[in-house]
Formats: sequence, structure tokens, C-alpha cells
Amino acid sequence: MAEVKTAKFKKASSQAVSDPKLQNTLEHVMGHFIEARAGAIEEFGDESWDQMRERASSIKKHALENLDYYLDLIDRTIQKNGGHVHFAKDTQEANRIVLDIAKKAEAKRVIKSKSMVSEEMGLNKALEKAGIEPVETDLGEYIIQLADEPPFHIIAPAMHKTKQEVSELFQDWLRTAPTQDIKQLCIIARDALREKFSTADIGVSGANFVVAETGTVVLVTNEGNGRMTTSTPKIHIAVSGIEKVLPAIEDVGLFLRLLPRSATGQRITSYNTFVSGPKFSTDEDGPEEFHLIMVDNGRLNLMRDPEFREALKCIRCGACLNTCPIYRKVGGHSYGWVYPGPIGAVITPVLTNIKQSKDLPYASTLCGACRDVCPVKIDIPKLLLKLRHMAVEGDSSQRSVSWIERLMIGQWRKTVSTRSSIERATNLARFLQVVVTKKGIIRNLPLPLISGWTKSRDFPALAPKSFAQLWQEKFSEETDG
Amino acid sequence: MCVTCLVDQFFPEVGIATVNSLRKAGVDVDFPSDQTCCGQIAFNGGFQSEAKKIAERFLDIFEGESYVVVPSGSCASMIKVYYLELFQDDPVLLERAQKLSERTHELSEFLVNVAGHQNIDASYHAKVTYHDACHLLRELGISDEPRELMKSVEGLELSEMQDSDRCCGFGGLFSVKYPEISKAILEEKLRNIESSGADILVANDCGCLMHIRGAMSRQGMKQEAMHIAQLLSPDADRS
Repeated sequence: MAEVKTAKFKKASSQAVSDPKLQNTLEHVMGHFIEARAGAIEEFGDESWDQMRERASSIKKHALENLDYYLDLIDRTIQKNGGHVHFAKDTQEANRIVLDIAKKAEAKRVIKSKSMVSEEMGLNKALEKAGIEPVETDLGEYIIQLADEPPFHIIAPAMHKTKQEVSELFQDWLRTAPTQDIKQLCIIARDALREKFSTADIGVSGANFVVAETGTVVLVTNEGNGRMTTSTPKIHIAVSGIEKVLPAIEDVGLFLRLLPRSATGQRITSYNTFVSGPKFSTDEDGPEEFHLIMVDNGRLNLMRDPEFREALKCIRCGACLNTCPIYRKVGGHSYGWVYPGPIGAVITPVLTNIKQSKDLPYASTLCGACRDVCPVKIDIPKLLLKLRHMAVEGDSSQRSVSWIERLMIGQWRKTVSTRSSIERATNLARFLQVVVTKKGIIRNLPLPLISGWTKSRDFPALAPKSFAQLWQEKFSEETDG
Repeated sequence: MCVTCLVDQFFPEVGIATVNSLRKAGVDVDFPSDQTCCGQIAFNGGFQSEAKKIAERFLDIFEGESYVVVPSGSCASMIKVYYLELFQDDPVLLERAQKLSERTHELSEFLVNVAGHQNIDASYHAKVTYHDACHLLRELGISDEPRELMKSVEGLELSEMQDSDRCCGFGGLFSVKYPEISKAILEEKLRNIESSGADILVANDCGCLMHIRGAMSRQGMKQEAMHIAQLLSPDADRS
């Protein structure tokens, strides 16, 4: 499995917010995505868009509630189409399945189209270790493969790289001349990849949707590399999370409207590829072998809980990242694994390690913007609250909140349990605050956990009299009378 | 009236303005004197058992009132939305919470939809811009009512800022746990306030106001941050 660095969220995020170049890029790209999305959904009107989201949510919900049935159906339909279906419990097993197929075929080179599950698997590293060359063919993924970095964003993995940086990577790896002309950079990548496409033994793709009824893997792409990957090499392996199931082929249309609009703000992507197995015997070309690997890797832990199950509806559009005030500042790498942003903060802890990822659910203002843009209506704030609840009152594998916080909240609860105790506590504080107060504001509050606040913001002093006291003095007689 | 703990202890002037604007709308205002806090801070932190105790106490105190009016979007959300979640496994408390939820209103929404007070008789000569507090907007769906109220204030000019619906980065505990991220988010809000050309930032939530005002005063900005109730009081206009 790809390395999990979620424990470093605090450090990584504070580095990210103090990197002006990164902040600039984030503001620019996120702003573009938000604007494009708004433009693309405008034609429907709020009500129709909401109905589409509701319908998509219920299709996904139905598919998940009957997942065993649909997985079984996929197994049968794909076999009928002449393909093979494999189920992998974890990423290790999924990698082994790919390697077994590769070894049997004596493969030397594997081309890949974009797949987040393969990022979970750390498939590139596993292939390299076995002496097989993996080549990412999505432009963004190709760039981060050269840079040896995880994706920064679900749909724009190299969005944090400038033209200059991409040019430098190409100079280092492809020995090309420096250029900052984007078209030229694309031509360089295209030339380099063309040779890989024509010589690869295996193509590995992801799956945006897997249609149970027909045994069809649906790929939504823009660069055409997906179609090359699934049609040029002799063997096509698709890797998918088990949750990507759609019951019937007529369900796909709705999702093909929702996904690109939510993701890039396109009405439709350049390529929508439907693969239902290997080539027919009557076809002149196409892959001779087709494998679909359905990967669990912790998803059943989400499935088992009816509330967390909601998170499996996710179609990986990235809209929640684009709108999230936190993601827009800390960027993708801070989250420390494959899936960043609000949805990442929900699923990463459950898919990897809850305790180690304890900072993620708290890295949210619970503003709800993610829920509003989600095309399948996942109530992300609710799930973040659930994870926080587990951090406080869950079992020993989940509890992570410090004793000092427990002590403080316990004390707070006692204080607000009666009017007299809150008066006592605030009167004491009114007496003490004189030391740090100037003109009604506190510029530095030297208390544990809170001092960070006053580094960049003033804190208000307690008012000389509480409202309750003022009410007593000003209004209560009028009311009584 | 539930005045909220922040108003009670830090911003009593907002409480007074709330009473005044309600009275002006012909509402008979009562302040149950045992009230303290709605429990949101514990709930958001994951401390549900502690939050439950405070929420149950809140039910005891406010159950008898015909309406509970709250000058805060997030506290009103806690009572209207999250109490139901908190008590989902306890049918008796859930029923009590449901009844209270139906009778609980955020101030601006109450003034417009319940008290029918769209054309408020107030004057305040200033150029203001409005920040949509997240819970008010997205938990309660309230964005038109405060704007309607402001538009009816004589002399008040509302100049909308860019991305008024974007979070200010407060998030209660979030601003304490992640002060740097919170501050980076706040900077964007301050820029938008600045470029709106307004003299006053208005919001319906003292959490956001405390946060935004804290940075305004630290940076020596000339703008002020005020609660909407402070514009609606009869003696509000200082111009």
C-alpha cells in the first residue's frame, strides 16, 4: 500500500500555508474549477440539478446495499464476455494479481491510465520492484511519476507544478530543451509516450463505473490515453474499488452528466470509454485478455457502518476539494495519503489507520460547502463529526483525544451546568484578565492550546458585565411589570 | 430568547440589540435566567456525552417558551439540527428535541418569517457588507432574510462582497487547533471585505464576528464588524 503519512498533517499543512507560490497556485486553480462548475450546472437550474444528485445518490445507495448481489453479477457478466474477475482483499493481494498476470505474459512494460486505486496499491513501486517498467500516460500522472510524488488532487494530480517545473522534469528525464510553452510541453510528453504505447505489454486502467448488468468498465477521460491504454496492449487490466458498481447500463447517462460537470466543469469529457471484455474473435485488434480486479482495501469497514457507507457513494469528482476552505489552503499532499480534502478526511482514517489519521477529521470548520457540491449528496460534515465522536468515545483502537482536552471539556461542562458556576468562573476570569487586557482586547493569551489564536488575531476580553446581569438591571423589571 | 454564551459573556451589547429589535417588532421577550450554553463546542469536538448533558439541560430550560429566538446561526443549528442527531437513540428526548427544534428560530429569520417584520423601522447611515455565516446558510438555508432586513434599514447601503458565502475560517475549536490554516482562510475574507468598499462587516453569528473582528483590530483595519441586531435597534444609528 502507498505510504501513509497522515500523522504529519499538522507539520505538512503549516508548511503549505506558508508557501506563497503554492498558495498562489491553489487560489488560481481552485477558483477556475469552481467557476467552471458553476457555469456547467447553470443550464439545469438548482431544482433539476438537485433532483439529479438525489437520483444519483439513490442509485449508488441501492448498489451499495446490494453490493454482494452486484459483485456476483459482475463476476458472471464479465466471464460471459470472455474476461476474468479477481477480488482482492487488500492492496498487497491486488498487486500480486497484477504481477502474476504480468509474469505469465512475460511483460516488460506496463502503461497506465489514471487510477486512484492503483495509487492506493502503490502499483508502480510494486511493478518496478518486479523489474517491470510502469509508465503513467495521463499527463498529470506522468509528471508526478517523473517527480516521484503522490497526486496533489483527485482529478488534477500535478496541479501544483508550474510550467517551469514541468519543463525541468522533462529536461532531466527526457533530455529535452527548456520551454515554458504549454503546447510544446504537451508535444514532448506526447512523443515520449507514443513509443511507450506502441511497445507496452499490458495496459492498466482504473474504472469510473463498473456496470453489473453488462459487465462494462466505464472510463471518463480527456486525453485519449485511456482509450490507448485499454485498446493497444495485448492485455488490459482494470483495477477498481468494489464500490464503483452501477446496476444497469441506463444508469450511466446520469453519472456522465454529473461527473464532468462537478469535476472540471465540462458538460462532457472528450472520451467516454466503455470496455466490456477482450476483443471479439471477429475484431481485427484490441486486447486478447481482459482482467478486472475489484479491490476492497478497507472499504468493507466503511460498508459495515450504515453511516460510513454513505462515503462509498463517492465518484471521485474532486468538487469537495475545490470548494473546501481547508484544502484550498493546505493542498493535497498535507493529507498524507491518496485521497485529500473533505472526502479524504473521511475515508483515509477508516481505510488506513484511525488513530494515526486523528488530525484529519478535525481539519475542518464544518462549513458544509462540501456537502452542497457533492454530486451524490454525501453528508461529509456529519461523517467528520462521527469520526470526532469516535476519537473521544470510541474503542481503544479509535480513541485519540488527549487527556488535557478531555479535562478541559469536562471542566467546561461543569462550568456551564449551572448559572452560578458560570458566573463564578467568568467573574474570576474578569479579575484575572486585567493583566492581559488593553482597551477591551487581548493581544496575547498565554494559555495552553489557545495561544496560537492570538498570534494573528486579538481576542475579546470578557465584557464588564454579562448579558444576564444587564438583563437583571435593565429589562427584568419591565418584563415583570 | 437564548442569548448564546458568546453574547452573554463577551458581547452583551448584541444581546441588548436583540431584545430591542424583537420588542420593536412587537415581540414579548423573556430571558430564562438559568441559561448558559447550547453545548455546540462539545458536540463539534466529538464529546457527545458531555454535549448531551448540556443539551438536556437546555431542553429543561427552554421547553416552556412559545418560541426560542437565537441571535446566532450556529447555535440555532445546534438546537434545530444537531440536537436531533444527538438524541436519535433516545425516543423521549428526541421527541422533546423535535418540538423545541420546530419552535427555535434564528433572529433574522424570526423577524421576517414569524414576526412579519420585513419593513423594519430603523435607520443606520453606513455602507455595509454581509458575511453569510456557514451554519446559518447551509444548515438553516437562511440568506435572504438578513438581506431583506438590511435593505429595509433607512440609510443603509449593502455592498455585497465577493464569495460572501465562503467560510471565515473560524470553526470554533478549529481556529484553536489550526490557528495558521484558520488565519490563512481569514485573510481571504478580509481581502473581500476590504474590496467591497464597506465600512462595516455584518454577520449573524458572534463566532464569525469575534474571529473577523480579532484580525481587523490586530491589523489596524478601519472597518468595523457588527451583528445584524445592532443595525436594527431603535437607537442604533450613530451618524
